[in-house]
Amino acid sequence: MESAQSAVVNVIPPTAAKISWWGRNERKLIPYVFLAPFLIIFLVFTVYPVIDSFIMSLHDIDSLDAGEYIGLDNYIRLVTKDARFGKSLVNATVFGLATVFLQLPLALALALALNSPVLRFRTLARMTFFMPYITSAVVIAMIFRMVFEERYGLLNGMLGSVGIEPIPWLRSADWAMPALILVGLWIWVGSNALFFLAGLQTIPEELKEAARIDGASEWSVFRNITFPLLRPVTIFVITLGIIGSFSLFTQSFLLFNGGSGPRDSVLMPVAYLYERGFNNFKLGYAAAVGYLLTLIVVAVTVVQLLLFRIWGKD
Amino acid sequence: MRIGRWFSAISVNIIVFIGMLITIVPFVFMLGASFRPEAELFSYPITLYPKVFTLDNYIALFTRTDYVRWYFNTFLTAGLRTLLATFLSAMAGYAFAKFDFFLKRFFFLLVLVTLTLPFHVLLISLFKLVVNLGWTNNYLAIIVPSAVTGFSIFLMRQYILSVPDELLDAARIDGASEMSIFWRVVVPLVRPGLGVVAILSFAATWNDYLWPLIVLSKNEMYLLSIGIATMQGPYEVEYGAIMAGALLSTIPILIIFLAMQRHIIAGLTIGAVRG
Repeated sequence: MESAQSAVVNVIPPTAAKISWWGRNERKLIPYVFLAPFLIIFLVFTVYPVIDSFIMSLHDIDSLDAGEYIGLDNYIRLVTKDARFGKSLVNATVFGLATVFLQLPLALALALALNSPVLRFRTLARMTFFMPYITSAVVIAMIFRMVFEERYGLLNGMLGSVGIEPIPWLRSADWAMPALILVGLWIWVGSNALFFLAGLQTIPEELKEAARIDGASEWSVFRNITFPLLRPVTIFVITLGIIGSFSLFTQSFLLFNGGSGPRDSVLMPVAYLYERGFNNFKLGYAAAVGYLLTLIVVAVTVVQLLLFRIWGKD
Repeated sequence: MRIGRWFSAISVNIIVFIGMLITIVPFVFMLGASFRPEAELFSYPITLYPKVFTLDNYIALFTRTDYVRWYFNTFLTAGLRTLLATFLSAMAGYAFAKFDFFLKRFFFLLVLVTLTLPFHVLLISLFKLVVNLGWTNNYLAIIVPSAVTGFSIFLMRQYILSVPDELLDAARIDGASEMSIFWRVVVPLVRPGLGVVAILSFAATWNDYLWPLIVLSKNEMYLLSIGIATMQGPYEVEYGAIMAGALLSTIPILIIFLAMQRHIIAGLTIGAVRG
């Protein structure tokens, strides 16, 4: 008892003077003590800015003052007149589709290989595939600027050895997006495979063994048992992929030297927000870009989740 | 049958090996480039490893840029933010997992909403707030605003839910105060969760680019990410030095992550696998 009370004195000095009162009300008040530090920071630096950004998006702001209220004009301009914003959404969509249709099958195949009992050097493989995921986007962009270098880059050097002419990866509007998608594959196929692997390892081996004893082929075991049971992980990976595609910034921005690529070929929505907000100081307009972008991401995610619900029913 | 098994064993190993090779080659290239003279980086034939070995890039990095200062800044802010994040999310996660209080459901809903909210929705207003607080070019701008994420609260709540109530009640019957129950019973039991929160928070600060780019403009306040990205312009250092800086900046995070890999993946997929 003695030590318990002194612990209270040590940790909560303001109420320590009234130990008996605190003792009576401790159970009721303690959750607020635990919650308060988080809640204050959360309300000030997350909830308030989310609300304030919306208010800012309804204003025409050139600097840090309040600006002039213009209703939904920023949004109307974005949707009806702003071709560059449209271009950035198209770019993000292309990148997102590549994520879903290139990254996922590759990641799943890799995960199945990683889960195979005949695999050697398993731990080393897991560590290797985790590396790009944890390396900073700045470092990755800097490496790949050298890899994609037209005359002396590693990739063109390798392609040249099999007789392919040098590709202007970072200089041509046609090749900029494929280059960015390749970087995306390099970063995320391995880590997504590890997520799938975590899912695969929750599927009981007996279930698959029973099906095999009943004469099911390996393909039908995968089609009817493994893949349906991977549904939660698949949803998780696709959702993260879509959100990631629409929030991609550092890789595209730095791979193309703080720009948007030739003819805006890799202009990403967040890079556009940055340009509007911090190069042109149109803070209200930039806030509108942020809000509209978020609405789009939420809508796409909801549609995707609904599609998965339909898939789950049959 | 036997041949089929051989075949699948070989193909599995080859698939994984090729994947590993593709993953590792750019890192090897970075390592090689950091020890190469600039002239060799832009010459034929293109090789993965240096033909002439030099330390000039590292010397240029340490003598002609503020690299050491950037390293210090990054370590300090990442460390303090991590400390803040683990404390706050453990306490709030405990409150959400084991207590009832006024507006609990509402606040938890708020946490869940921000879990899925992308950063760019609040970026502009957060920038304004930080400017008004006078926090630009200040460590506080990096440490405080994103210290608690919805994800870390959610993660800690999940971990603390699995702590049996009987254990807490037993401690109460023994006369332990609520604070000491938290420190001596709950915290030791959820160490793996705290580890995940700590690592994710540390890595988020270490690797972030957009936010520091907006709030830091003074050279001596730069973090590694900003420093490395801007090295080419004002310092007129060569590409090899950038590769050297990039390499050295990757090492701490690589060591931490590879040591804790299993815990991190388990933490990240906590929502996914349980569905």
